[in-house]
Amino acid sequence: MNEWLYVLLFMVVGAIIPIGAIAAGFIFGPKKPNPVKRETYECGIEPVGEAWVQFKAQYYIFALVFLVFDVEAVFLFPWAVKLGALGIYAVVEGIIFVSILVVGLIYAWRKGMLEWV
Amino acid sequence: MNFWNDPLKVAAEWLEGVFVGWGMNEIASHVLVVFLGVFLLVLILMVIDIFLVWIERKVVARFQDRIGPNRLGPFGLVQPFADIIKLIIKEDTTPDGADKVVYNLAPVLSMMSVLMVWAVVPIAPVMLSVDLNVGALFLIATGAIGTLSIIMAGWSSNNKFALIGGFRQVAIMVAFEVPMLATLMIPTIFSGSMNMNAIITAQDGLWFFVLSPLGALIFLIAAIAELGRAPFDLAEGESELVAGYSTEYSGMKFGMFYAGELLHALTFGGIWSILFFGGYRFFGLEQVSPFLAILIFLAKALLGYWVIMWVKYTMLRIRIDQMLVFNWVFLTPLAFALMLVTALMNALLKDASPWLYGLGMFLSNVVVGWIAIEIARSVSRKEREKVEGVHQVAEAHH
Repeated sequence: MNEWLYVLLFMVVGAIIPIGAIAAGFIFGPKKPNPVKRETYECGIEPVGEAWVQFKAQYYIFALVFLVFDVEAVFLFPWAVKLGALGIYAVVEGIIFVSILVVGLIYAWRKGMLEWV
Repeated sequence: MNFWNDPLKVAAEWLEGVFVGWGMNEIASHVLVVFLGVFLLVLILMVIDIFLVWIERKVVARFQDRIGPNRLGPFGLVQPFADIIKLIIKEDTTPDGADKVVYNLAPVLSMMSVLMVWAVVPIAPVMLSVDLNVGALFLIATGAIGTLSIIMAGWSSNNKFALIGGFRQVAIMVAFEVPMLATLMIPTIFSGSMNMNAIITAQDGLWFFVLSPLGALIFLIAAIAELGRAPFDLAEGESELVAGYSTEYSGMKFGMFYAGELLHALTFGGIWSILFFGGYRFFGLEQVSPFLAILIFLAKALLGYWVIMWVKYTMLRIRIDQMLVFNWVFLTPLAFALMLVTALMNALLKDASPWLYGLGMFLSNVVVGWIAIEIARSVSRKEREKVEGVHQVAEAHH
């Protein structure tokens, strides 16, 4: 059997167990909803306005910086696996590759994007 | 080949024989046996998870000079089962205006992401579920499902606390995934493979912890941040954010987040031990029997879990801006510098004797760590002088 089918099996079983537990809670728990109980929790007072508010752009910048390094990892893992066979030349290439991306991080830093204001 | 040496294979062959004897198709019986095996592993993990609740409460009690649960059963061992019964018979409320599908899917995904990691974790030499050749990348991929579940929970609850908590937690998780990726490459460089079993086999002579202590430390810090535990537990905070992304969850759905977090901590303890402490290996003892190997692996995973708890209950929380600056300006460059230095030393010392290789790696780690700490110290000294200088001026005016 293909290895990834086992992974799929793990995914299915990993979903069955929590669904089973939640279903047990659904079966055995009381069901007595009322409007006050179903209200959004906001420290006991009536909720003010919508919860889906506009959010800080800061998180978006962090996600962008993260994305740079995440994509980088996809390229660097094969490089790390074959490093023993490729020798010093590949290491220098890796250093150049990482330093190009670090320039991006330094740019974001110098622009003050990593500061929390 | 007997049960003592390879219990899984013996049991699987016996079961398949039984199923075929019942008149079942051979392929169907094979699939059924594999399914039962996976189900058994996940079930055992859930039982361990239940006892983790007890372990966590006992350990935190000892750290805080208390006794902890001791009423139900011997040493309070029955306490977690009582907790589960309580969670099951709680009413499961859904707030008005919540996005129901996403809201209900989030706890399932949270648990699933942790259980899926165990697909690539080798628990004994002959017992590994899937021998993926991209094991290290698989870890990161399943971690991304966990991140997704948190942002789903935070967004779908229709609650401001949940939204802010979810965003914070995700910002932490994606930020600390970068140093984790970089340190995951260090065992990959040493063993020349992303396969978990190959990484363990490559630690035949020396644990990778000896070759790269700094890498192990950075991995631990990143793992604690991924777990959202103190000192990086910014998603929760009774006085500011209630319970963060899980504010609106009750009953078993909350239980899934809670159990998922605990099992995640044990899983990271296990992965830490695989990557840097030789996994199920312990001076040849693992060759005696797979049962012994499982015990060794479990002991190492629990030790890693204990270290994570130790950090959690002795460190202060830090602010989110301090934490993100710590990650992006200090930890990420340090992790990448360490990874590149390791790659360079690996290429230079390839033909050297194992002793010279180990010594060179260890010393390069010490030097990189020392330089990083010196830079951090000089920067923080300047920062302190700036602040204290202002104070002195203010005092002079007074």
